[in-house]
Amino acid sequence: MSIETREARQPWILLSPALTSILLLLIVPLMFIVVYSFWLRTATGADQVGFYLDNWAEVLTDEFYRDILLQTLWIALVTTGVCALMGYPAAYFIARSKGNKAIMLLLLMLPFWISYIIRTMSWINILGVSGAFNSVLISIGIIDEPLQLLYNQVTVILGLVHFLLPFMILNIYVSLEDIDINLEDAACSLGASRWQTFLEVTLPLSLPGLAAGGLLCFVLGAGTYITPVILGGPRDAMFANLVFEAIITQLDWPLGSVLSLVLIAVLGSIVLVYNRFLGMRQLMKGLA
Amino acid sequence: MDNSKRYERLLERYKNGDLDRRKFLGLIGAAGLAYGLHTPFAKNAMAAAKEVRFDGWGGVVSEAFRKHAFDPYTKKTGIKVVDGTFGSGDEYLSRVKASQNGEYNIAHLSGVFDYARYHGLGLTSELNEANIPNLKYVIPKLADVFRGITDGKLSCVPYDYGTTGLAYNRKYITDEEMKEKGANILLEKRLKGKIGGWGDWRTRIWYASLQTGQNPNGATDMDAVWEALRTHRDLLLKYWSSGAELMSLLAEEEIYVTEAWSGRVFALQEQGHDIGYMDPPNGFGWQECLFVIKGSPMEACEELLNFMLAPETSIAVAEGQNYPPALDPTKVDLGKKIPTLPAFDPTGKLSGLTFADPNYWNGNEQDWSKKFGRIQKGY
Repeated sequence: MSIETREARQPWILLSPALTSILLLLIVPLMFIVVYSFWLRTATGADQVGFYLDNWAEVLTDEFYRDILLQTLWIALVTTGVCALMGYPAAYFIARSKGNKAIMLLLLMLPFWISYIIRTMSWINILGVSGAFNSVLISIGIIDEPLQLLYNQVTVILGLVHFLLPFMILNIYVSLEDIDINLEDAACSLGASRWQTFLEVTLPLSLPGLAAGGLLCFVLGAGTYITPVILGGPRDAMFANLVFEAIITQLDWPLGSVLSLVLIAVLGSIVLVYNRFLGMRQLMKGLA
Repeated sequence: MDNSKRYERLLERYKNGDLDRRKFLGLIGAAGLAYGLHTPFAKNAMAAAKEVRFDGWGGVVSEAFRKHAFDPYTKKTGIKVVDGTFGSGDEYLSRVKASQNGEYNIAHLSGVFDYARYHGLGLTSELNEANIPNLKYVIPKLADVFRGITDGKLSCVPYDYGTTGLAYNRKYITDEEMKEKGANILLEKRLKGKIGGWGDWRTRIWYASLQTGQNPNGATDMDAVWEALRTHRDLLLKYWSSGAELMSLLAEEEIYVTEAWSGRVFALQEQGHDIGYMDPPNGFGWQECLFVIKGSPMEACEELLNFMLAPETSIAVAEGQNYPPALDPTKVDLGKKIPTLPAFDPTGKLSGLTFADPNYWNGNEQDWSKKFGRIQKGY
């Protein structure tokens, strides 16, 4: 075997464990889901094997699913926007700080050490009728009766921001760290104010990080299930809740498969569009 | 004939010239492959008879089972009990549906409705009741409902019962108002934003049937039921999804009234909360059972069921979860606490409870669960 052939094979040999895992743990199960999506659920809960397009027709034509999908995308979009607005100043502060950045980044990661469910539930103790927020307002005499703050779309977005903000900050931080500080100094020395320097130098150069953080927050937010269950009201369901209901409550695996595939297709399309225009490099940096 | 004998004969045929070398080696290779593939699974199959898997709701119930049933059972039989938990009956059924035959054995399931669903999926087994002598202590009416589904046989033993009645905060709702309004308290406009509800389609439709003056096991005007569900939804703060969430919402006064599980309300009352509980006429009665799934080692499971049905185990579990045991109070002394539990019937006849008719609910499950899912989300 020639050296060239051997060298050409080496990456594939090294990649083979990862590729095998992806094949067995992602591609094969996904194929099962595709097959399931063409089956039907019988009245007893058993599956009727065959090739039926009923579930696809139902999901693609019924406005109920379309509306919940749009609501899901809207919640994910608002969450991403809030994360960007809150995350940029924090990332800028860490990147330009002369203090110990490692400690600040560690503090940023600290919430990940606590279960996501517990972090989400903690809002009940903060915003609940007898929670900290209402107790403080009552004790200082601003209100007489507790405010009903929980179980609406705002609290769902709040819970998602709480969960996703670190992803946004880390991506923007990585992008800001890559910017040569001399460029900002040069802009200032050429007469630009600090605000102009930020708007015309720093912000454009950090946009790839902002976009990568945005993509992560959007995709994770749109696929969330537990936040609307814990913090949402009757009308705040998201698409993943429909998947759960179809598969677990209604035991309708074929319908659940169709819903899963629709969500994967929508989010996958967004990732593909992102990749087409911005590439995945910045995203990988942020995740690393 | 054992395998060694087969190999000896094969070798003999080869030596006699009846088999050529290629065929001989091919057969030996195939035998080796078959043995290699068979052995790891055979080991599991053998191990299955040495252990029984039990799945339940966890917490105090699991502890009581471990102490009073599992450990003594293992000591007597040498069969290990692998103790698992689940969050909801629906979730567990999905796991069972996705599992291999024999992977799951016994489950602490809710309701006759679930029993019928398992039967519909072909997951019921057939118990040899002679191996479960403690079954004689069980209230006959509870077992008869199951027998009706599986042609007089049992695939489970009844274990406890309770009700899903109305829980209300006495600070804001009086006992008199509850008596007057019954299930319609959940549609009271004055309480908008302070009403809760379990996000379970059966319970919701049951209560909507009561609110529209219909038989919960035979509603005829479903349009009225859907409208009642929408009215309730619009007055609701939140659909709760677990017992812990129900207790938190009531204890924190996020909601003042909801339908609730009798045992959970009793636990709140024990903690000192002034929460009232009432079963309206035709309130939702249910029972839980210990269900043996098809493909399980039957004798081992039957013996374990007998341990679990022993009065000391049943009473300990009942006191832990605050639901009366399925034991007939006319045959077994149930101690001091159990007679104080909500839904307890000292006569053992359970004539005051209305149970879900599995045929009615199963027959409509597919349409109604989907329809409720939409109403729940604002449609």
